[in-house]
Amino acid sequence: MSAASTTAKTVLSVRELKTAVATPNGQKIVVDGLSFDLHEGETICIAGESGSGKSMTALSIMGLLPEPMARVAGGSIHLGERELTGLRESEMRSVRGDDIAMIFQEPMTSLNPVLTIGRQLREAVLAHESVSRREADRRALDAMKAVRLSEPERRMTQYPHELSGGMRQRVMIAMALACHPKVLIADEPTTALDVTIQAQILQLMRDLQKETGTAIILITHDMGVVAEMADRVIVMQHGKIVEDNDVLPLFENPRDPYTAELLAAVPKLGAMAGKDPANVHAGDMLSAKVLEVDDLTVRFDLKGGVLNRVVSRVHAVEGVSFELARGETLGLVGESGCGKSTIGKALMNLVPWEGSIRVSGEHVVKAKTAAADRAYRRNLQMVFQDPYASLDPRMTVGDLVGEPLIIHGLAKGQELQDRVAGLFHRVGLTPDQMRRHPHEFSGGQRQRICIARALALSPKVIIADESVSALDVSVQAQVLDLLKELQEEMGLAYLFISHDMAVVEQVSHRVAVMYIGQIVEMGTRRQIFENPQHPYTRKLMKAVPIPDPALRRGVFEVPSGEIPSPIMPLGHDVERVQFLDLGDRHLVAQS
Amino acid sequence: MGSYIARRILQSLLILLGISFLTFVLLYLIPADPARQIAGRSATVQTVENIREQLGLNLPFYQQYFRYLTGLVQGDLGRSYLQKTEVGELIVSRLPATLLLMLGAIVSELIIGLSMGLLAALKRNTAVDNGLMVLSFVGVSSPQFVIGILLLYVFAVQLGWFPIGGYGTFMHMVLPSLTLGFLGAGWYSRMMRSSMIDVLRQDFIRTARAKGLKRWQVLFGHAMPNAMLPIIAMIGIDIGLFMSGIVVVESVFGWPGIGQLAWQAIQRVDIPIIMGVTLVSAFAIVLGNFVADLIAPLIDPRIKLR
Repeated sequence: MSAASTTAKTVLSVRELKTAVATPNGQKIVVDGLSFDLHEGETICIAGESGSGKSMTALSIMGLLPEPMARVAGGSIHLGERELTGLRESEMRSVRGDDIAMIFQEPMTSLNPVLTIGRQLREAVLAHESVSRREADRRALDAMKAVRLSEPERRMTQYPHELSGGMRQRVMIAMALACHPKVLIADEPTTALDVTIQAQILQLMRDLQKETGTAIILITHDMGVVAEMADRVIVMQHGKIVEDNDVLPLFENPRDPYTAELLAAVPKLGAMAGKDPANVHAGDMLSAKVLEVDDLTVRFDLKGGVLNRVVSRVHAVEGVSFELARGETLGLVGESGCGKSTIGKALMNLVPWEGSIRVSGEHVVKAKTAAADRAYRRNLQMVFQDPYASLDPRMTVGDLVGEPLIIHGLAKGQELQDRVAGLFHRVGLTPDQMRRHPHEFSGGQRQRICIARALALSPKVIIADESVSALDVSVQAQVLDLLKELQEEMGLAYLFISHDMAVVEQVSHRVAVMYIGQIVEMGTRRQIFENPQHPYTRKLMKAVPIPDPALRRGVFEVPSGEIPSPIMPLGHDVERVQFLDLGDRHLVAQS
Repeated sequence: MGSYIARRILQSLLILLGISFLTFVLLYLIPADPARQIAGRSATVQTVENIREQLGLNLPFYQQYFRYLTGLVQGDLGRSYLQKTEVGELIVSRLPATLLLMLGAIVSELIIGLSMGLLAALKRNTAVDNGLMVLSFVGVSSPQFVIGILLLYVFAVQLGWFPIGGYGTFMHMVLPSLTLGFLGAGWYSRMMRSSMIDVLRQDFIRTARAKGLKRWQVLFGHAMPNAMLPIIAMIGIDIGLFMSGIVVVESVFGWPGIGQLAWQAIQRVDIPIIMGVTLVSAFAIVLGNFVADLIAPLIDPRIKLR
C-alpha cells in the first residue's frame, strides 16, 4: 500500500460491482465483481485492453450507462457515506459534476460545437450552485486559468472548433474541476492527443491533483501513461480484476500472467538501443531501390472572394525526398497535421502532387490513364488505420481479398479461390473463414485481412498508415510480427507511417521525422534514436511516456505551445530546410 | 462575408435568367395559339393575324425573348392577354394572401413536425414512435387535394368549426395552412426524429449529462440547437414545395393568391401571367435558399461564408 492510502480518508469505495449489458444473445456481464477503494489525493489507473470493462466501470460509477441496454446488476458504490447505486436520476444528477466529474477520450467531439466555451463552462457551475451569472462567469474564468489556458477571456466567447485538441481537453478538465469534485474520472484522456500535448495534459493533471487533492481514476490502455501517473494499478480482463497492486511492484514483478503478458507486449522506446536492424534482403539485386521520391510537394488550395479564387494554400508536404530499398522499412513519424499521411496518399495518387515519384525505377506520371494508373498501383499497396472502416461490411472477406485480383484481371474461377486461400494462409487465417463477413472478425483479424488484400497483387511497397495504432498492444505485437515475417520472406519494403515512436523504433531500418510538411531529420534507426540531433526530434522523444514507474519523471519537460499552421496566404512560400549530413547519411535540418 | 453575398447575388441572377429562358421556350413550344384564344372562336383569320402582330407573336423566337427580357430588366412583366391589366399589378395584389398562407403553413408544419419528431426520438422503438411514424408517412404520401377536401368535409362541413372557404379572418387561414403544411410536417417529423436520435448519441451529450445538467437542459440547451441544423437548410427548400402546393390548396379553398391566378392563367393560356408567376416563384425559392444559407452560420458557428 502506498503512503497516501494508509493515512488519507477513503472518498470512493466500490464493492463487488456488477454491470450487465443486454445483447440479442441474452445478458452479458461486462464488469464482474469489481472492488476497490479510492483515497483522497490518490491516482488509481484502471488498465486493460478493449472490451475489458474499464470504460463500463467508469460509466457505472457516473450513472451514465447507455440506457436501457446496460445497468448495474449488483454490488455497491459508496461515495463517502452515500450509496450511489439505486439513486434516482434527479439525485444522481446532483452528484455528477459536483462530487464526481469525468473527462473523456475525444476532446474533439466532447464539447458542444454550437455553444461557446464560456456558456459550457458557466453551465457546469450553475448546475450545482445557485450563484449569479456574473459569479459563474468569474468561476469559469478561474477554472480556465487553473488549467493554464492561454487568453482565458478570449476563450469565453470562442467556439470549440476554434481551439486545438489539447486546448479542448484543457477546457474539459476545467469544466470537470469547476465545482471542485472529490473524484475525477479520466477515460483515456490523452489517447486522441499528440505525444507532446499528452505530456502537457498529464503534467497538468498531476499539478492540479497536488493543488486540490482530487482523487483520480485514470482509465487507459497505455502502460506508459500508467507508469507515469498511477499510485495504484488495477488490471482488468474480461470484466474481472486480474491484478491490483501499487505501481512499482506491479511493473517490477507482475503476479498475474496476463499482466506480465501485457507489459511484455508494450513497445518500449529505447528497447532497440545498440542493436542494428537486420535487412535480410540488403544484398538482393544490389539492394534495388523500389521507391524513390524526389522533391514531393502537396498543396491544397483554399478558395474565397467574389469570384471564388484561390486566396491561400495549405502547404501539406513541401519538397520531401526519400528512398526505399527492397526489404527495408522506413518509419515516418510526426504529430498530427505534419503531412505524413498526405505523403502516403500522394504515393497512391489519391491527392494531386508535384515532384517526382519513381517505383522500381519507373517514373510515375501524373497525367495518367486508368490503365497506367492500375499498373502502377500493383506495385504499391496501402494498409489503413481503421480495420473496421476499411472493409466493406456487405462483402465476404474472401471477396474483399480477391477483389484486387479481379480488378487487375489476374485470376478468376478456381485459380482465384486458390490464390485467396493462399493469402489467408499467409496472414495466419484459415481458408474456411473466406465466406464470412468482416463483422465476424476481431480488430486484429481484420487488419490481417487488410494485409492479405494488400498482398494480393504482390506489391513491392506497402504503405502502412498507422496500421497498428487502433489495435490493442498484444494484437499489435502479433501484427507487427506478421509484417516482419512477410518482409523477410518476400522482400517487401514498408513505408511505416506512425505517431508512435516506440513502435517505429521497433520496426524501422531507417527513420524520417516530419514537422510541418518537411522532413527535419532522417537516418538509420540508431542514428535517430541513439543520437537525435534536431531539437524537434529530441522534443518528441522526451514527451513519450516510459512504461517503467522507476524511471518516472518528476516533472515532464513540457514542450509549450502549439505547432504552427501550414496554411499560408498566396505568394508566401514555405522556407525549405537545408540538410546537413552528419556522416553515414544522417541528415539533419539546419535551423 | 460581403464578397460571399455579392457572389451569391450574381449566381441568383444567373439562375433566374436561366429559368426565364427555359420557361419561355416551353411556353413557346406548347401547341396552343394565344392569339386565337384572345380573338375567340368566331373571329376571322385577319383578326387573329392582327392580334398576333400587335402582341409581337409573329416575331422570331429570339426577338420575342429579347423583348420580354428588356421589359423584365425595367421591371415590366408584360400585360395579361385576357384581363388587360399589368401582370406586375396582378401579382402584387395577390401576393400578400399567398405569403400569409405560406407563413401559416411554415408555422404549422414546424410546430407539428418538430414536436412529433422530438417525441418519436425520445420514445424511439416504442408504440408511440411507431404510431407517429405511420402518421408522418400518411402525411408524406397523401396528395394535397385529398387532405384539403377531407379537412374541409370534417371540420368545415360536418363540424362547422371553420369557414368553408374564402379569405379574411384568422379562422379562414387555419384549414388551408394545415393542408399546405401537412406534407412538410411529415417530412420534418422524420428529419427531426433521425437528427435528434443522431445528436443524442453524440459525445457532447454525455459531457452535458456528466456535468449534472437537468434532463430538459440537456435536451433543449444542447441537443436541440444541433438537431435543428439540417432542418434550417430544409426550410429554404420547402418554399419550392409550397410553390407547387399553393396552386392546389388555393383552388380547393378559394384562396385569392397567386396560385389561383396561375391556375386560371394556365387554363386560358395567358402566357404573360404564367411567365410572371413562374419567375416570382423562382425568385422566392432562390431567396428562400439564400436566406437559409445566411441564417445557418448564426446557428452553427463552424459554418463560414466566404
